[in-house]
Amino acid sequence: MSDLLAARSQMAMSLAFHIIFAVIGIAMPVLMVIAEWRWRRRGDAIYLELAKRWAKGTAILFAVGAVSGTVLSFELGLLWPRFMEYAGAIIGMPFSLEGFAFFTEAIFLGVYLYGWDRISPRAHLLAGVMVAVSGAASGIFVVTANAWMNSPTGFDLVDGRMVNIDPIRAMLNPGSFPQALHMTLAAYAATGLAVAGIHAFLLLRRPNHPFHRRALGIALMVGAPAAILMPVSGDISARYVARWQPAKLAAMESLFETTRGAPLVIGGIPDVASRTTRWSIEIPKALSLLAFHDANAEVKGLDQFAETDWPPVTIVHIAFQLMVGLGTLMAFVSLWAFWIRWRRRDLSKERALLRALVVVAPLGMVAIEAGWVVTEVGRQPWIVYGIVRTADAVTPMPGLVYPFALFTLLYLFLAGVVGWLLYRQIVHSPSPTELRVGTQPLRPPDSWLTTDEPITRGDRGGTSGQ
Amino acid sequence: MSDLFTLPVMLAGVIIVSLNAYVLLAGADFGGGVWDFFATGERRVRQRTLIADAIGPVWEANHVWLILVVVLLFTCFPGAFAAISVTLHIPLLVMLVGIVMRGAAFTFRTYDSQRDEVQRRWGRIFAIASLVTPIVLGVCVGAIAAGRVHGENAAGFASAGFLASYVTPWLTGFGFAIGVTTLALFAQLAAVYLTVEARDTDLQDDFRRRAHIAQGVALVAAGLALILARRDAPNISRGLLEGWHAVPLLLAVALSALWTALSLRQRTFHAARIGAAAQATAILWGWPLAQFPWLLPPDVSIADAAAPATTLRPVLITLGVGALLLLPSLAYLFRVFKSSTAVAKPS
Repeated sequence: MSDLLAARSQMAMSLAFHIIFAVIGIAMPVLMVIAEWRWRRRGDAIYLELAKRWAKGTAILFAVGAVSGTVLSFELGLLWPRFMEYAGAIIGMPFSLEGFAFFTEAIFLGVYLYGWDRISPRAHLLAGVMVAVSGAASGIFVVTANAWMNSPTGFDLVDGRMVNIDPIRAMLNPGSFPQALHMTLAAYAATGLAVAGIHAFLLLRRPNHPFHRRALGIALMVGAPAAILMPVSGDISARYVARWQPAKLAAMESLFETTRGAPLVIGGIPDVASRTTRWSIEIPKALSLLAFHDANAEVKGLDQFAETDWPPVTIVHIAFQLMVGLGTLMAFVSLWAFWIRWRRRDLSKERALLRALVVVAPLGMVAIEAGWVVTEVGRQPWIVYGIVRTADAVTPMPGLVYPFALFTLLYLFLAGVVGWLLYRQIVHSPSPTELRVGTQPLRPPDSWLTTDEPITRGDRGGTSGQ
Repeated sequence: MSDLFTLPVMLAGVIIVSLNAYVLLAGADFGGGVWDFFATGERRVRQRTLIADAIGPVWEANHVWLILVVVLLFTCFPGAFAAISVTLHIPLLVMLVGIVMRGAAFTFRTYDSQRDEVQRRWGRIFAIASLVTPIVLGVCVGAIAAGRVHGENAAGFASAGFLASYVTPWLTGFGFAIGVTTLALFAQLAAVYLTVEARDTDLQDDFRRRAHIAQGVALVAAGLALILARRDAPNISRGLLEGWHAVPLLLAVALSALWTALSLRQRTFHAARIGAAAQATAILWGWPLAQFPWLLPPDVSIADAAAPATTLRPVLITLGVGALLLLPSLAYLFRVFKSSTAVAKPS
């Protein structure tokens, strides 16, 4: 494995790992806050249990997200020092802002997790809102830095150096809005539907379980609208890519020749040698229509670019098809859920819908990974599109396969542990005694902290000493 | 002195202030892990519980100071960040593994089964990572201070060979003395803070004793670093002993150390907390003062390495506005979890 490939693999693996925790860290606090709000409003203790379990899940995932994000901020330099040397001054602005958003998120998550019995109910709920808002803001700031790599603006290029740097204009580059919108919605859609799928699965096994019914309702409330809006934001993104990164669009659609009234290529496997795509379905003129909202518009093909400047066509094409296909499926299942609610029927009794929700549960995360493959692999061979090549940015240090192997093992280990902990903490159905429904009167909220549930430090809220 | 108020120097100052906050806050969290490792005697379970309760609500917020340091470094001094990342690749990698394992193991311990063997397993990883990470952090700082991270390196690296390029710059006695100093300072901060947070005299005495030991180790290691600097880092040695700041700095370290030791002896723990923070701060500031105006001594100055003013100015404004948001939030966090009335709540 060459050092460049090892560096790219390590970066890809680190991002692929971190993004799961990042999106859950963005969306999970919203679920948690809605559950707490409903408990405060309705006095239904099941919502409190739900809020606490989701808070624990958020705590575990946020911690891993925070440390894996730290790894990434160092890896920018460890793997791509020439890129940072070149671009640090121009993309530092969103990272600085992200620093403050991340600070706010970490502070109020600490307050939320450990402050149940220390601050007023209103302050506690507000802390949760702060976590949700700053989590979304962190994500948006980081995505704008990535968008700059795709459509760099805010500088003049003189003799290969960037001069007259304007970091604000760089941050507001043409890619920032489409990418930030797409990613933020994706976070809510993927997390919401993943949680909905888990509880749908448990409802299929234990119909009418009150805990899972409420969990399903809140998860769909967050996930379904986002999933339905995804195709709209996808359209905005596609038109941006068509205008600013024509080579990436050509690879996504495996369009080898520049065409007027270009067809939409669905599925299939591109064969770069013969410049064809086998086993695909073509919809005439649809690509021109989607990319430029004009059925006869000209779409640039890969023939416009030197072959050394092509991204890996097969990977980008397949990843794009996967993302769109899964996103479409999620949107349809979400519309189905909406229709059931519209007819005022009980979601938890629609077994066919529950089964569909179980099937789509993991697909949002797969679609997000595929989408980032499109963004990142589709930009190759450039690290800053059209300006700096990835091969020129890599560190001179040899033997990069070893850090790659080290971090792969480390992250596999963490993924295994997190999966086990989430299963242990969040998934298993609470027993009737845990929920205190029916047989016993509801106890006031404070005594919830000292029930016979396995007590954790999170529960005790750091009541200092004994 | 007019060159003190340039944009690059102000931003370098903000970076050191952030590093200072990281040392005083996150440093104490790492120190907590050190005392988890060395928890002994009949009260070891209670020692560990006190540490976990002290760290739990705040460690993630404290950790963000390091992110701020890194982000400001690559935004304001991108070339220096690149040079540091290339030369110190190996220790930085070890530090990252330590940071990941420390945070993850601590969280896993909190949320995993409360059975003893599970708790012990995570506790062990948490404690070892807390021991290793500060040493490596100190080693990295030591390499920069010793003038072994060079600015212009792209061409030189291929020819110099692997060891000369990526290992010998940080593998010095001076670097490891700084590493041990860092670890001992973190442990001292943690022990002193824990005397304030402990609710009974037995635990207070446990951590009072530990604070004395850690302070002794920190001062000996710092002295050793100063001696080794004459051989491994002559520029920093001169900077520390000969500049205008030499006498005030040594006085500040000596007085704050004495203040801390006496306050511990008299059991005035709040006063000891101020003293320990002052002592760590004085030792930390010795580094930038000794190498000023160089960022990567001996040949890259703060001014040379700085990004253009069009970057630095908006970043400085962002920092100002961000601080207005951040500082009240931080104050709130510490008031909720660290004020004596909050801690005194009976269960």
